[in-house]
Amino acid sequence: MALVRLRGPLKQRAGDRAEHAIDGGTVAELLRELERAHPAMDGWILDERGLIRRHIKVFVNGEGGGEDTPVASDDQVDVLPAISGG
Amino acid sequence: MTELLLGTKKGLFILEGEPGGHFEVKARAFAGEPVEYALRDSRTGRLVAAVTSAFYGPKIFYADDPSGEWVQAGGIALPEGGDDALERIWVIVEGEDEGTLYAGGDPGVLFESGDGGANWELNRALWDHPTRPDWEPGGGGLCLHSIVPWPGDPQRLALGISAAGVWLTEDRGRTWRQGNEGLVAGYLPEEAREGATSLCIHHLERAPRRPERMFMQFHGGVYRSDDAGQTWTDIGAGLPSDFGFPLVLDPADPDSAYVIPLAADSDRVTPGGRVGVHETRDAGSSWTERGDGLPRRDAYLTVLRQALDRRGEGAALELYFGTTTGEVFGSGDAGASWFTAATHLPPVYSARVAR
Repeated sequence: MALVRLRGPLKQRAGDRAEHAIDGGTVAELLRELERAHPAMDGWILDERGLIRRHIKVFVNGEGGGEDTPVASDDQVDVLPAISGG
Repeated sequence: MTELLLGTKKGLFILEGEPGGHFEVKARAFAGEPVEYALRDSRTGRLVAAVTSAFYGPKIFYADDPSGEWVQAGGIALPEGGDDALERIWVIVEGEDEGTLYAGGDPGVLFESGDGGANWELNRALWDHPTRPDWEPGGGGLCLHSIVPWPGDPQRLALGISAAGVWLTEDRGRTWRQGNEGLVAGYLPEEAREGATSLCIHHLERAPRRPERMFMQFHGGVYRSDDAGQTWTDIGAGLPSDFGFPLVLDPADPDSAYVIPLAADSDRVTPGGRVGVHETRDAGSSWTERGDGLPRRDAYLTVLRQALDRRGEGAALELYFGTTTGEVFGSGDAGASWFTAATHLPPVYSARVAR
């Protein structure tokens, strides 16, 4: 299982837990599974199109990733709001 | 005591005060988040707010106590797997049936709630309308910002969409037809105006005691309809500018309307540095500036489309508007005189008076 790490409002909506061990072959699969496990997160990371919201960043083992980025069972996936502004 | 709900760039502010005096901030919610619109349902007292986090997308929340827990409403999303995502909720309006609320948003979508805002459902007839592929967004997006019920008749509703014109239903949203006759899109080349559907409605209101009468602030033009939104007559002559966004009516007087002109499409500030609310009491034949107490020089303010509201009627009509520079002005005498209700707030997106 990959380890998904959340912070801030996303952590709160996921049962106030920062770390979640989840099965899935891609970032999108992991995030959909996370939403299924925590319905309060529905629509907070992925939009209706199944795309990661514009100002959310996902990192797989420290490298920026997208919906189709492959995820292995021992990977670490961080989901966090993008730094915005100047 | 008057309660003002201000949707701002940095949260929801709830102010209380008496007309003529300073309004105090009694509560703040969604600190740091853009709140586009909020209302207190006059039937239940429930607060309903539209919030669009830059990170997490548009949501509707509701609460009975603004300082308490806000609950996220269900159903505020487009069908999954399509090409579109919900961008923003622009307005929330009480329907005519008990418990019914409507919400309008971008991209040109209408939601309905039958339980006071806890759960919502997309209006599929409008979403699936065959003309939708031709709808064009205005500068602020494809925003459904005006939802105008017909007092006492839940079957009838009018919508304003920028820039997809006026939409009318007489069967509670099962079918929709356009109501654009007479509107002139001056921003299009002359030869492209006839039959154009890219019509940039800025705000719609209906006279509650003569519901077939409606008023509209257009993107260049102020219009009146006397046939429930089917045809429109330009009544903008006499205003310093026919460009602007908000519009309200005195519910006691079907011949009344108030607008706040801005200089021009390309210069969206109060004209000549002079803030004025303009009133008609003869259905648009003439306009009178109401500015006593408002900044009259060196004031280049912007008032957005949802940032003007009213309470009461007749001589006791209260009017309030907020600016993108964080001021709120009010009148307790139907616009005859004005006072500064609040200053130093974040940019005001919407002002709603609890009724």
